[in-house]
Amino acid sequence: MTKIEQGQIIKVGMADWKIVEPPDTIRTSGLGSCIGAVLYDETKQIAALAHVMLPDSTMAKSQDANRAKFADTALEDVLEMLNKKGCSNSRLKAKIAGGAQMFSYSSGNEMMRIGPRNTEAVKEILSHYRIKVIAEDTGGNKGRTIEFNPVEKTLHIRTVNQGESII
Amino acid sequence: MMDVQQIKPIHLDVLQEVGNIGAGNAATALSQLLNQKIDLNVPSVRIIDFQEMQSLAGGEEKVVAATFLRVSGEAPGSMFLILQKEEAEELAYSLTGNKVNIIDDSFDELAASALNEMGNILAGAYLSALSDFTSIQMQPSVPSLAIDMAGAIISAGLIEISQVGDYAIVIDTLMGETDDTSSTPATGQFFLLPDPDAFERIFQSLGVDWS
Repeated sequence: MTKIEQGQIIKVGMADWKIVEPPDTIRTSGLGSCIGAVLYDETKQIAALAHVMLPDSTMAKSQDANRAKFADTALEDVLEMLNKKGCSNSRLKAKIAGGAQMFSYSSGNEMMRIGPRNTEAVKEILSHYRIKVIAEDTGGNKGRTIEFNPVEKTLHIRTVNQGESII
Repeated sequence: MMDVQQIKPIHLDVLQEVGNIGAGNAATALSQLLNQKIDLNVPSVRIIDFQEMQSLAGGEEKVVAATFLRVSGEAPGSMFLILQKEEAEELAYSLTGNKVNIIDDSFDELAASALNEMGNILAGAYLSALSDFTSIQMQPSVPSLAIDMAGAIISAGLIEISQVGDYAIVIDTLMGETDDTSSTPATGQFFLLPDPDAFERIFQSLGVDWS
C-alpha cells in the first residue's frame, strides 16, 4: 500500500495491539465486525493500533481473558504504554475503521450487531479519555484492511469491492 | 463450558466423526445438484487461536464467497460454507449457465441467489445428518451470503467463542470433485464452530465422558 523506504510493516493480529514508530508502518488485515483503532501523537510520531473484537470486558465469561480482545481494556493498556513513551492523552488523536456487519441476519440476535456496538464502545471510551476521533470509516458490510503511517498520519483502507481510500 | 485443557484425543476423534457424517450428507446433496461425483477429505479437527482462525480459509485478505448461518438449540454454534473465488464462479456457472466474476457487476442477483441457495441446501444437509446422528435438535438460521476477505468473514463466527476464551475448535472439511480434468481440487470447505456451551451436549449425546 504505502511506499516507504526501509520501513517495515508491523502486523497486528486479531485481539492484539502494537506500537509503531517511523519509518515503520502498522497494519491489520481482515477487519469485519472488529475495530482497528489507531491512536497517534503528531509531534512524537508514535502511534498504536489495536484490533479489538468485543466492546466490553464485562462480556468475558472467564477470568484470565486476553485484555487486547475488548475495547475498554485494550485501549486502557494502549494508553498506558503510550503515556509511558511520553505521549500525553491531550496530544493524542484517533482514527478508527471497521465495525461492519458482514452478514445480514434476520433473527435479531443481538450478537450479530456486534460491529456497530464495537464502534459505539470505542468512540465512547475515546471520548472518556478526551481523545478526538479525527476520521473514521466504520459500519457497512465490508471487510477492511488498514495501514497507518505515523509520519503522514494517514490511514489507508483497502476493501474488496470499493477499492482503497485514505482517511 | 469449554476448557482447552479438558480436550482429549477421543474428543477430537468424536468431533471428526461428527464432521464426517455432516459433510458426507452435504457432499451427496451437492453431487445430486451438480450430477457429478464429489469427494470428501477426512475432516480435520483443530484447536486454534484467533490469529490462525482468521487465516484458515486461505489467508486474511483472500476473497471468498461464504455462506454463514447460526445454529440454535441445544448445541449452538456457527457454520460456514467457504468457496474460494474460482470455485464460487465455477459453481455459479454450473448452476445458472452464466459466467460471472464475484467481485464485479457481473455477479448479479441470480448468481448470488444460486450460491446462497446452494449454501442453504448443503448446510441443511450437513446439520440434519448431524442432528440425526447425535439426536440433538439443531435449528439453522436463514443463511446469508457474503463475498469478502476471509478474515473479516470468519470473525463473524467467533463472537460467541471470543467471550469465553482465546481458542476455537474447528471442524474443517474439504469437498472436491472427482473429475480428472478439474484443475481445482476443492469445491468447498465447511467450518463448524460449536459454541463453548455446545461441547458438553455433543459429547454427552454420543456417550463420551466430559468432565
